[in-house]
Amino acid sequence: MGSCSSHAARIPDVDSIQRETGFSQASLLRLYHRFRALDRNKKGYLSRVDLQEIGALAVNPLGDRIIDSFFPDGSLQLDFPGFVRVLAHFRPVDVEDHGNRDPQEPEPLNSRMNKLRFAFQLYDLDRDGKISRHEMLQVLRLMVGVQVTEEQLESIADRTVQEADEDGDGAVSFLEFTKSLEKMNIEQKMSIRILK
Amino acid sequence: MGFQTLVPFGPWNWLFFLVALKCGGASSDLNESTNSSPQHEPDVRFAAASSEPAETVSVFALDYDYVQIPYEVTLWILLASLAKIGFHLYHRLPGLMPESCLLILVGALVGAIIFGTDHKSPPVMDSSIYFLYLLPPIVLEGGYFMPTRPFFENIGSILWWAGLGALINAFGIGLSLYLVCQVQAFGLSDVNLLQNLLFGSLISAVDPVAVLAVFEEARVNQQLYLMIFGEALLNDGISVVLYNILIAFTKMHKFEDIEPVDILAGCARFIIVGCGGVFFGVIFGFISAFITRFTQNISAIEPLIVFMFSYLSYLVAETLYLSGILAITACAVTMKKYVEENVSQTSYTTIKYFMKMLSSVSETLIFMFMGVSTVGKNHEWNWAFVCFTLAFCQIWRAISVFALFYISNQFRTFPFSIKDQCIIFYSGVRGAGSFSLAFLLPLSLFPRKKMFVTATLVVIYFTVFIQGITIGPLVRYLDVRKTNKKESINEELHTRLMDHLKAGIEDVCGQWSHYQVRDKFKKFDHKYLRKILIRENLPKSSIVSLYKKLEMKQAIEMAETGLLSSTAFSMPHQAQRIQETKRLSPEDVESMRDILTHNMYQVRQRTLSYNKYNLKPQTSEKQAKEILIRHQNTFRESARKGHSLPWGKPAGTKNVRYLSCPYSPPQPAGRDVRVAEFTDHDGSDAEVPSIMFNTHSPTGSLQEGRRTQEIIPMKNLHRGGKPAHLGYQRNRTQEEQLGGGRRVVLRPKPLFHAVDEDFESGEESEEEASAIGSRWSAEHRPGRDLQGSHSPLLQSK
Repeated sequence: MGSCSSHAARIPDVDSIQRETGFSQASLLRLYHRFRALDRNKKGYLSRVDLQEIGALAVNPLGDRIIDSFFPDGSLQLDFPGFVRVLAHFRPVDVEDHGNRDPQEPEPLNSRMNKLRFAFQLYDLDRDGKISRHEMLQVLRLMVGVQVTEEQLESIADRTVQEADEDGDGAVSFLEFTKSLEKMNIEQKMSIRILK
Repeated sequence: MGFQTLVPFGPWNWLFFLVALKCGGASSDLNESTNSSPQHEPDVRFAAASSEPAETVSVFALDYDYVQIPYEVTLWILLASLAKIGFHLYHRLPGLMPESCLLILVGALVGAIIFGTDHKSPPVMDSSIYFLYLLPPIVLEGGYFMPTRPFFENIGSILWWAGLGALINAFGIGLSLYLVCQVQAFGLSDVNLLQNLLFGSLISAVDPVAVLAVFEEARVNQQLYLMIFGEALLNDGISVVLYNILIAFTKMHKFEDIEPVDILAGCARFIIVGCGGVFFGVIFGFISAFITRFTQNISAIEPLIVFMFSYLSYLVAETLYLSGILAITACAVTMKKYVEENVSQTSYTTIKYFMKMLSSVSETLIFMFMGVSTVGKNHEWNWAFVCFTLAFCQIWRAISVFALFYISNQFRTFPFSIKDQCIIFYSGVRGAGSFSLAFLLPLSLFPRKKMFVTATLVVIYFTVFIQGITIGPLVRYLDVRKTNKKESINEELHTRLMDHLKAGIEDVCGQWSHYQVRDKFKKFDHKYLRKILIRENLPKSSIVSLYKKLEMKQAIEMAETGLLSSTAFSMPHQAQRIQETKRLSPEDVESMRDILTHNMYQVRQRTLSYNKYNLKPQTSEKQAKEILIRHQNTFRESARKGHSLPWGKPAGTKNVRYLSCPYSPPQPAGRDVRVAEFTDHDGSDAEVPSIMFNTHSPTGSLQEGRRTQEIIPMKNLHRGGKPAHLGYQRNRTQEEQLGGGRRVVLRPKPLFHAVDEDFESGEESEEEASAIGSRWSAEHRPGRDLQGSHSPLLQSK
């Protein structure tokens, strides 16, 4: 929050980021300020600790996993494009975007599929493309209060996997995951208004 | 942790004295039955013994009059409290009707009793009591609990809506009623324009916050919430200002003498009164914030300072004929941010609770007065006036809501939907404010005062009961959530996960406003104001000890419910379970869904939910503690297993275990000893500073460490304020020395002992050590020997 510049030119590679993520210049600028504010030692990148110092994340049941999702592939440094790339998943969906989209181009980061993919990776820690029963149980454990016994949790996890699992392999693949959520308004659930 | 019961030297004692003195004369006729000499009240008792020769020494005598006033007031308050307890015992009631319904009913009941027994009703509310004692606490509470940041972000809309809305309502209702009065058939032709305008201004004072509790669960969006809150806050102030101006007009002239100059003067006065009040409030807010900077050694007087300065701002503004209400509101809003950081935890709680208590007592008393005057003979019922008042109240509110929001929607980034506007329209419930203003109309200027009072009462009863009770269903209907459709367990789980995810990402994004002004103010605030107004070294120790205590207790509970016995190692178990796909009956599924719904953690709401009548117990606090404790546990377990989940290792790869270094079995010795062993085996470099650091920790300076990191967020949760940057800075510098990363290690020793019956006491330090080890292995050198050194012991588990 030091020298506040309202010039988007200070952001490195602003054009490519904009193309990739679809953020407006104003939003990018704000995100850049936020990035700089989180980067307390002015290292130029964010480490896990910087994100862990966001107080509210510490009391979010999924705080750790959310932080992990910013550091894909075990990297230790998060630069600004990476930061924005993750946040781009939460951009509200522009209805007009879909119409004019060139089918050759890759899907925008905030498409429904990509949002679902992002949510999926919160479950699928070992990145094998499936949510095993064990992974489901772990997520359940994170999200539920202490009064629920382990047996109850296990049976709930069982049931969850059972409901979604169609090919009977005891795990939920990404497609099955998508299918189980087809009725849900993902575009609205996973969009943050201020990121417009 | 009880809050300190301070003797409220201010309003209450004076109230009692004043009221007692005032009514001393009133009940002098009752006096004669007990004492024939008509002397003034307080001395009666003591004089009686000496003034007359008594026949006998009365062993047992009854002297009701001495205590009558305080006694009855206390009884009223108690009765209302008991009613509230009963109200909340039946848990569905608070969702059905607002609490003001209850208060009014109790007041009417008391009034009926008083009327029925023909008891001379003692304290009569008069203008000075109301304005000096009953009103300030209510307004102070409203201002203090206002969420400041969202309020200021939306201040344009709020001012536009509250200010103009009140004006439009007041003048609209007044003028329409005047037109109605002109019709000869209603027999109202002696009510002139000014009186109608005055009536309009007092009837437009709404109290929408009273209904907030009713539709709280409907998850009203934050903007709507703020609109309602802001309106409630500013509305009282504006109607009182209008009221006073119009009364001044009434006193000054006959209607025909009023010239346009006067009207202009009136408008100018309105603005000056409003802005002047705010100005004084802000000044007093800063002064009190500044003073709380120096109170660390006498924290017992901190609440006193807060209350006295707020009250003082009110009084000073009133002296200068400025708006005391706006002054006290501005004072509370200004003061809150700095005071919250300066003041100790117990003082903070005391302030909150005391404020709630005072305001609820005031409101109760006002409703009692209202009840008492409902049941009585001083009514004048005029069908036309009453019905038209009711009708115009609704019509003009609708007009003002839709018109004003239509205009402001053009300028807003997130416009209000029609649904929101309907909710705002329907929440126009009148409350104690209107009644008081009507009651205090000077009879000399308003020969038809009784009619006004009756009409006001009718409007209040109608809006509170009918609108208050039906607004809940209306909101739920408008909300049109798919609550009727049962979601599958999958959907529920995933929905909640996404909500948490969204909340987390929102937190990462932080909050930013669309206004340059706000950012500038924030910078100014940071550079100058905070340095002046906030204490130098904020004592964290009280907070630290509080959380240590609470977390210990929580951890003990969690251990006892079996959570801490590690069930994370159920992997071999899993292989068997995969084969069984149980057929589950629908009831099982139902019960599972219920379990899930009721036990999943709530998503952190960004808006503090405000309940006018009590401070909600912090369920989110309990939830947050569970999450934090589980966090620590996970670190411990994952460190033990060799998985370092948060340490940046890709989750798939396991640590290579080198079975190289033998490690001597743990002795249940002092912590330092074990640490020293670790150091011996290690022999190198980067660890040593941390071990030294480790040895410092048992000395109890819990200032460093992860604890602080947790505490500050907890503190933020509570106070909604900005993180104390000092704390974070300190963390950082120490972490620099250690090469970054969190320290899982520093937990108070007793915590472990209390909790770990299962674990050998020796293992703890290993876990800590391995945590350090694993952390560094993750960050500096993958696959350290030390990792392996623990595995023999781990395997023994």
